[in-house]
Amino acid sequence: MKIHKLTAIKDWWQKANHFAEEAYNAPYRAAIARAKREQDDLFMLLVFSDLMGVPNPASYYTLELQPLLLERFHDWHMRMGMEKSPLDHFKCC
Amino acid sequence: MNAIFVLLLGLGAMALGYLVYSKFIAERIFRLDPNFRTPAHEFEDGVDFVPTNKYVLWGHHFTSVAGAAPIIGPAIAVIWGWVPAFIWVVLGTIFFAGVHDAGAIWASNRNKAKSIGALTGDVVGKRARSLFMIVIFLVLLMVNAVFATVIAGLLVDFPSSVIPVWGAIFVALIIGQLIYRKYIGLITVSIVGVIALYALIGLGPVMPISLPESIGGVSDRATWIMILFGYAAIASLLPVWMLLQPRDYINGLQLFIGLILLYAAVILMGPEMVAPAFNTDVPEGTPSLIPLLFVTIACGAISGFHGLVAGGTTSKQLEKETDARFVGYFGAVGEGSLALAAIIAATAGFATFADWNAVYSAFGQGGVNAFVQGGAYIINNGIGLEIGLAETLLTVMAVLFAGTTMDTGLRLQRYIFQEWGSIYDIKWMQKVIPATLLAVGTCLLLAFGAGGADGSGGLLIWPLFGTTNQLLAGLTLMVITVLLVRMGRPMYYTLIPLLFLLVMTVAALLLQLKTFYVAGDWFLFTLDIVVLVAAIFIAFECASTLSKLRKETANKHEDS
Repeated sequence: MKIHKLTAIKDWWQKANHFAEEAYNAPYRAAIARAKREQDDLFMLLVFSDLMGVPNPASYYTLELQPLLLERFHDWHMRMGMEKSPLDHFKCC
Repeated sequence: MNAIFVLLLGLGAMALGYLVYSKFIAERIFRLDPNFRTPAHEFEDGVDFVPTNKYVLWGHHFTSVAGAAPIIGPAIAVIWGWVPAFIWVVLGTIFFAGVHDAGAIWASNRNKAKSIGALTGDVVGKRARSLFMIVIFLVLLMVNAVFATVIAGLLVDFPSSVIPVWGAIFVALIIGQLIYRKYIGLITVSIVGVIALYALIGLGPVMPISLPESIGGVSDRATWIMILFGYAAIASLLPVWMLLQPRDYINGLQLFIGLILLYAAVILMGPEMVAPAFNTDVPEGTPSLIPLLFVTIACGAISGFHGLVAGGTTSKQLEKETDARFVGYFGAVGEGSLALAAIIAATAGFATFADWNAVYSAFGQGGVNAFVQGGAYIINNGIGLEIGLAETLLTVMAVLFAGTTMDTGLRLQRYIFQEWGSIYDIKWMQKVIPATLLAVGTCLLLAFGAGGADGSGGLLIWPLFGTTNQLLAGLTLMVITVLLVRMGRPMYYTLIPLLFLLVMTVAALLLQLKTFYVAGDWFLFTLDIVVLVAAIFIAFECASTLSKLRKETANKHEDS
């Protein structure tokens, strides 16, 4: 009986926490996601900078990140209003 | 009359408004459809468009729209007696604000959750859209200047609030980190945060801090105003999760705690309304009740600012269209109840009529100070909290509200400057720091230009702020009306409030124009003319849109 009550309290606590988190995050979700996206775009620019003719001393290391960022690159050029990849030798779709 | 009666009457009327009138509006006029696929579902992206539980959404909507303005306005307006303010707040909430807020959510929801500004462009025309942008800029400018003046005044008059007000920023910063790094659950953080804030409030009266009356020839108020803008400029540049988000959250909790405390104290104490029902003996220089009452109380009766929140943010998170009634209309009721609390505090929170009369010695006096004093008197008698502590508590509540609005307002103003920079191709204006400095500069100019170098008269622009806010509400009502007419629905439920607002704002502007002219206050005179020109353009825009609509519907009838 006691354990039953304890789990009920725990359940309630988790529910309350979830509700509070919603209340905390809902108003700012968009602003934060936008800020994050801007940072990600900058990071992507660094990773792909060599392809765009901007020399990058760390390109040896960033090269292996390129496949990981491929999907995001696709999202990016779609978001910028370009249907196909703008880079001649780098096609993602 | 006993304040409990006033309280119950007000709350009862607003509850009835929600149960009956909002049901009628939602079902017959807007015809909210539970099966309509809302933009939150249609464009769900986990970022902007997220279907959200209606209670969470209401909490967000209510805390975004409720701020210092529904406290300041009513607390100034009770100079004409408590009955006019009471009637305007209650009827305004029921027939104006509720319909406006729910309508703005509905209109935006039916149009891909576009902001009301963008909707104005689509529905009414490009000219109206430009007008909308100008009016928004004026509202932001005035709100920042006025709130800085109000906060500075409170910090000077209640030195006990200095520590908790600035300490709250550190509490928010720490909470922001705790939540961001996910050390502990939110409920625990909330409890810790509220305890920390209240510990600071307890510390305040023990360690009051006053600035010297003059630093290098600059008065203490003026110094506070400059410090505040310095703070707001920095705060508006920080990432939102660091300060603004936790601050907003704590403010939301504060709002609920403060409202509950105040209402409980009123019921426990049952004070008499000390102020006259109708003040026949107003101090010299007090303008006429009609039309000034309707612009002095903007937020709390109807406020255009709500349309910005409703259209830009709330509508993107609406889970079901029928939620618009609860979120929008009941959000307005929440704000009305805050305004009602302000009226009661500023009229029943004094021991004798002479005390009240001494505070309301001139138009624009009283205001938020009367709210703090009166509210503290009621809390002291009702709950037994020490008067100094109660004063600090209410001051902190008002200052935190106004402060968060300043953060947000300055941020938005910066965006507008940056946008102008890109429209007119001015490179430096597109950069963050110059744009912020421009925003701060214009606000400082207004705060000091309107009130003189000692920064004590910034409240003179309060009625102008109210007027601009009402104009914004008018534009939103126009958009809703046009949409309704195009759908062949009755338009009078939004058209009549719209016309009422236009007539009252133009009358108030003309009346004030004369006052500023007689007083030789050329700064405010010019500002008044700017707002007046905007108001007249809006009126023309309204007339031309309506006549166009009439032709449209007439043609339709002929066709069929």
